[in-house]
Amino acid sequence: MEDKILLAHGSGGKLSHDLISKNFLPLFRNPLLDKLDDAAVFELNGRLAFTTDSYVVNPVFFPGGDIGKLAVCGTVNDLAMSGATPLYLSVALVIEEGFPLADLQRVMKSVQSAAEEAEVQVITGDTKVVNRGSADGLFINTAGIGVVPRGVDISGASARPGDRVVISGTIGEHGIAVMSQREGLRFSGSIESDCASLNKLVADMLATGGRIHCLRDPTRGGLAGTLNEFAAQSGAGIKITEEAIPVQDAVHAACELLGFDPLHVANEGKLVVIVDRDDAEKVLAKMRRNRLGKQSAIIGEVVAEHPGRVVMETCLGASRIVDMPVGELLPRIC
Amino acid sequence: MRFATEYRDAGLGKRLIERIHRRSTRPVRLMEFCGGHTATIVRYGLRQLVPPTIEMLSGPGCPVCVTASADLDKAIYLAQLPDVIITTFGDMLKVPGSYSSLQQAKAEGGDIRIVYSTQDALDIARNNPAKSVIFLGIGFETTAPTVAASVLEAVQEGIGNYYVLSLHKLCPPVIKALLDSGEVRLDGIICPGHVSAVIGSLPYHFIPADYGIACAISGFEPLDVLLGIDMLVTQIEKKQPEVVIAYRRGVNVEGNRRALEVMEQVFEPCAANWRGMGIIPESGLKLRQEYGGFAAERAFQIEIEPPREPEGCLCGDILRGVKTPLDCRLFRRECRPEHPVGPCMVSSEGSCSIYYLYGGSYGG
Amino acid sequence: MCLAIPALVKSINGRQAEVDVGGVRRGVSIWLTPEVKVGDYVLLHTGYAINIVDEAEAKETLRLLREMVSQTE
Repeated sequence: MEDKILLAHGSGGKLSHDLISKNFLPLFRNPLLDKLDDAAVFELNGRLAFTTDSYVVNPVFFPGGDIGKLAVCGTVNDLAMSGATPLYLSVALVIEEGFPLADLQRVMKSVQSAAEEAEVQVITGDTKVVNRGSADGLFINTAGIGVVPRGVDISGASARPGDRVVISGTIGEHGIAVMSQREGLRFSGSIESDCASLNKLVADMLATGGRIHCLRDPTRGGLAGTLNEFAAQSGAGIKITEEAIPVQDAVHAACELLGFDPLHVANEGKLVVIVDRDDAEKVLAKMRRNRLGKQSAIIGEVVAEHPGRVVMETCLGASRIVDMPVGELLPRIC
Repeated sequence: MRFATEYRDAGLGKRLIERIHRRSTRPVRLMEFCGGHTATIVRYGLRQLVPPTIEMLSGPGCPVCVTASADLDKAIYLAQLPDVIITTFGDMLKVPGSYSSLQQAKAEGGDIRIVYSTQDALDIARNNPAKSVIFLGIGFETTAPTVAASVLEAVQEGIGNYYVLSLHKLCPPVIKALLDSGEVRLDGIICPGHVSAVIGSLPYHFIPADYGIACAISGFEPLDVLLGIDMLVTQIEKKQPEVVIAYRRGVNVEGNRRALEVMEQVFEPCAANWRGMGIIPESGLKLRQEYGGFAAERAFQIEIEPPREPEGCLCGDILRGVKTPLDCRLFRRECRPEHPVGPCMVSSEGSCSIYYLYGGSYGG
Repeated sequence: MCLAIPALVKSINGRQAEVDVGGVRRGVSIWLTPEVKVGDYVLLHTGYAINIVDEAEAKETLRLLREMVSQTE
């Protein structure tokens, strides 16, 4: 078989069929996918959560993961942030002509491991190939379905003054890990993407019975973006303390090097939860017992003042506004 | 991180602030010249924390903000030429020129690449021998030597497709022009720390000597800036203005002789166009005759439309310390980081951007 | 102005050095500080070392700060 993906691989003929049957199907053996019908047909009871995402990360491979792992974790997390138990995913590929087959196999293996780890099934998919230059190597689109347990009602608009703001661990790793591989910015070090599926962590948190009001993963836009969204949706203010926010030293250093603010850098394996003040300690304790929440910390609270705004107390005691980051993070010199 | 984290010590910081409160008895006006200092001041809320006797103004020390529209238009013109790769620091991408921006030129097909260093620009030149790689040289005396070094490296290696559009500017001349304009009454200046790491402290001596204004060359961590403020207060209270180096770990009196030599070997002073201040003689840098082959303006015929400044934009006044972003009627309305009207809203060291992101009317 | 951060020189190879900033490593040019030695700290700006950090002065500044804040005047 050829070592590069050709246009013919996407056209539905023999080459397509071979690509899928030899490279994809063996990875995802499950009754729904194995039927190879145009659509997967199944029954589900309860309230459904449904999400879709496209992954266009460049480069495709980065320290700590790749586009395949990212696609699964990202989709699973979107479902988990509504309190849903993720069940099924679709995975659609748009491959640039000339993309190495070995790389594609490696990405699909990542999709498989991530799916197994999150206990979700890939039940339907699609493969297209476009002309050289029409896609950046590989794009992945996913959709995910999950079921939201009865009694779970989480929304970005539910934050109330007095609630505590909790982060599940250190911030800024994913964005920096990806940046470190970009042309013109290359640097090396111990920073790996934190890419991970958070559904089991969320399940643990929900099991405490604590009153969880808001839940979100701070991806693009970073922690600053997510907190601002909560503040705006809830019409409340959020106050955080700079010293309470966990950041790895290496991430601080890389941010200094490039001129970024860790609060603006993307995370792919962290969540922010806004929880009733009386339940904060018990939810925090449960989070810390999970592998993915070991460094969870309370970083602030929801307040009635400055509704819609996020304010941070700096180490010297003064306050400053934490705003939404604007557009793409660009390294700066001055 | 060593030599950085220690200068963020909150305990020491709070006590230093208390000390400044004790010692500052009369109203004084200080200008932090440099955007990096403005960023530290606003990020740590230092304006809120210093006593009410101390008023702090931001100056024109943001090389992106002071780049004139006409110069940006030249860069955008070059970006649209065939077989040209523009390499630039990220700061410049979103700054509006008269009619467009580099970001827009990129969306329209211009090959514009963000680099962290001229070293990366040289790499791109090596890897793309059929293209002309033009580096947008912005920055003050901190950056100019690094660009000069890249030219020398290109000479040494025989890299024939590397060019520089020099928009570099110098600090002491613009400080002088600012003081000569008489628009702002100042008692002290927090002088740029890393420019001074290159040029040393001697070039600032005219400030206390001719204008009676105190100077403190400061570093960029909060304790560094507070130390600088404390030293200025001391000089002003004693009525003994001079130039002191607060940032002793980074700056010595003669500066970095080697960096100055490299800069002077490749560049020579020329008149420069400063946004908000017009043409200031001997305040910019251009490539010397011997290195003229690297000058983008010589290698390429640059044709631009008559430049224009955006209407209602107060960047000029803000850069001179005469107005603050809060005085601008476009601030937070038509002019926001996602659609900036002027450069002060784009550059992360621009007053407007800093006010918008970190302070504005909340706590100052 | 301009971002310049203190970086530890780990190795030198001609006009290039490898530096470490809080665990992050990068290659930089020492064209402007050719006299630098392994173990020195340099101020890193846009991929170049623009000056060598004076460690004695760094210590002295901290000492001065501590002394200043303990004075009552």
